[in-house]
Amino acid sequence: MLLINPRPESLVDVKMHYCPGCGHGVAHRLVAEAMDELGIRERTIGVAPVGCAVFSDDYFNCDMIQGAHGRGPAIATGLKRTRPDCIVFSYQGDGDLASIGMGETIHSAARGENITIIFINNATYGMTGGQMAPTTLMGQKASTCPLGRDPQVNGYPIKVCELLAQLEGARYLERVSLHTAAHVIKAKKAVKKAFQNQVDGKGFSLVEILSTCPTNMGISPLEATKFIADKMLAQYPLGVYKGAEGGKIDVSRN
Amino acid sequence: MAKIEVDETRCKGCELCAAACAKKCIAMSKTFSATGYYPAFLCAPELCSGCGLCAQVCPDLAISVFKEAVR
Amino acid sequence: MSEKLLMKGNEAFAEGTVRAGCRFFAGYPITPQNEVPEYMSWRLPEVGGSFIQAESEVAAINMLYGAAATGIRTMTSSSSPGISLKQEGISYCAGADLPIFYANVARGGPGLGNIAGAQGDYFQSVRGGGHGDYRVFVMAPDSVSEMGNFPLHCYEVAEKYRVPAMILADGILGQMMEPLEFKFETVDPKSLKTPPWALGDCTGRKKRIVRSYDLSEGALEIMTLNRAKRYKEIEEKEVLFEARSCEDAELILVAYGTSARASTAALKMARAQGLKVGLLRPITLWPFPKKKIQELAAKTSSFLVVEMSLGQLVDDVRLAVDGRVPVHLHARPSGAVPTGEEIFAQIQEELKAQKGEYVCY
Repeated sequence: MLLINPRPESLVDVKMHYCPGCGHGVAHRLVAEAMDELGIRERTIGVAPVGCAVFSDDYFNCDMIQGAHGRGPAIATGLKRTRPDCIVFSYQGDGDLASIGMGETIHSAARGENITIIFINNATYGMTGGQMAPTTLMGQKASTCPLGRDPQVNGYPIKVCELLAQLEGARYLERVSLHTAAHVIKAKKAVKKAFQNQVDGKGFSLVEILSTCPTNMGISPLEATKFIADKMLAQYPLGVYKGAEGGKIDVSRN
Repeated sequence: MAKIEVDETRCKGCELCAAACAKKCIAMSKTFSATGYYPAFLCAPELCSGCGLCAQVCPDLAISVFKEAVR
Repeated sequence: MSEKLLMKGNEAFAEGTVRAGCRFFAGYPITPQNEVPEYMSWRLPEVGGSFIQAESEVAAINMLYGAAATGIRTMTSSSSPGISLKQEGISYCAGADLPIFYANVARGGPGLGNIAGAQGDYFQSVRGGGHGDYRVFVMAPDSVSEMGNFPLHCYEVAEKYRVPAMILADGILGQMMEPLEFKFETVDPKSLKTPPWALGDCTGRKKRIVRSYDLSEGALEIMTLNRAKRYKEIEEKEVLFEARSCEDAELILVAYGTSARASTAALKMARAQGLKVGLLRPITLWPFPKKKIQELAAKTSSFLVVEMSLGQLVDDVRLAVDGRVPVHLHARPSGAVPTGEEIFAQIQEELKAQKGEYVCY
């Protein structure tokens, strides 16, 4: 019989350290498959964030650089301007991209920097132990809002795709999810497009991936996928926010 | 003819594959793997269609999907 | 080479880095260094380099972190508050062994302070500045000529030892105009070897990783100790200083940068009156000319440290002198500039006290 899902060459063949059911592994695979399919592994440079995915510099089988918390888009900018022949991506979590690094996120998008950003939104700080994230939902409990997110105290969650869609420099923005196999297959298309855009010199592309952190949510991996379906999708509708085929904004609640 | 193989050294027993399987042919082992998890296994090989949805959701790339080559 | 030019310190510095092979600049406006990004914004595109006005100093230093990882010569510049913001990124560069280069055209602090030239960032420069155990190679020019000619040496040292290098100037050196000559052949970056750690195309080789962390047991200590070996070698081989009239001196002035210029005026006044005074000007602030000061401490009767800060350089001089002779201080912090006259007045007092029955510490 024929193996139909060989491990992508762009992913080093090692066991990943992520917790059971964590979405990072799937997201890593999608990025690696996109690199394989576009034949860009050798000329790709990845930026690993601060957070659980810090170790992704060991996992992606391309040149990697690990940088300061939130500064991925700035580091990617330096790499891309210096090596425009290379494909540069920054892999970031919600605390990294939407809290401490929001300035770099917005300005790299405003500059229309020809880079690809993979943004993992799991509504919590994973590495540090489940603190409130900029994307934590209203009422969602976290170790720094034990009674649940309260707008009077903690304000409101940030919708990154909607925010960046206001910027002329942003070329392609899409929000996808990993909570079912069908959604994973859709997410793959978005990730690949975000890389294809860079190959084609089209400019700033960001894919927001709704993902799970069962450990810090204190629930099982299956319950965590249900949390995306029941709670996160309402706050973060999936769809293309910028750069849809035909130029139309296509946001669907699925 | 199709089948999956689960790499017990990589599987962390998260059960996402079992939930994703439309044919319900994946179950979780009752015994620990060497890494301390209850790994997934193909419990009803005759039902496996090789659709690969289990591998789509597996965060640890622990599932290899095999299919008979179609001519 | 060798044509005489009249330039502002900041412009000479910017031109000097381009001639030294710099092809990437990212920075953010702050007085009194604005001429540097302004100059680089048109000059770098001329030679095929990249200029970015970053959204913040934090972004600028991280753009440098990325650009430097591809193995090319990079530069950023700022002034005191902006350099504070860059410290985290500099620490990452030190931890990832990236040879970045930057300038602090320092101003009065703390806080927003003022925009006058000052030397209050001495400790920040020579003691690391950011978090963790690391060092930065620090050169202190005292003229427009040195502003233009030091960058090449900074790149060479930074690349040889894989450490960050910087120039600690001040608003006066940045803003003043003087004639200068570039005393080196313009560097063609294509003639430079791509370093074996540079990121880029991994065709036919293993992937490379640039990072400043290692969480495995004991690994970070080994990484740091290996780096410390290079620091030791720098301390042995890369010290630069200028010693003037020190052979017979009974009092030796110690000053760098702008305060060395004021001290030179005082030195001339003293020698004109037959007073045996010398001047030691550290050119590298780290590595510090410790051995030279120890050697001088065995011959002279006292030191007078002149600095445009509360008393920072004086600590390094006292550490080197180690109590052998008195070390006096003439301190003008937060944008004040000492005059030759006031330094000369203190020289006279110290020498009088030295010859009297008591010793004034």
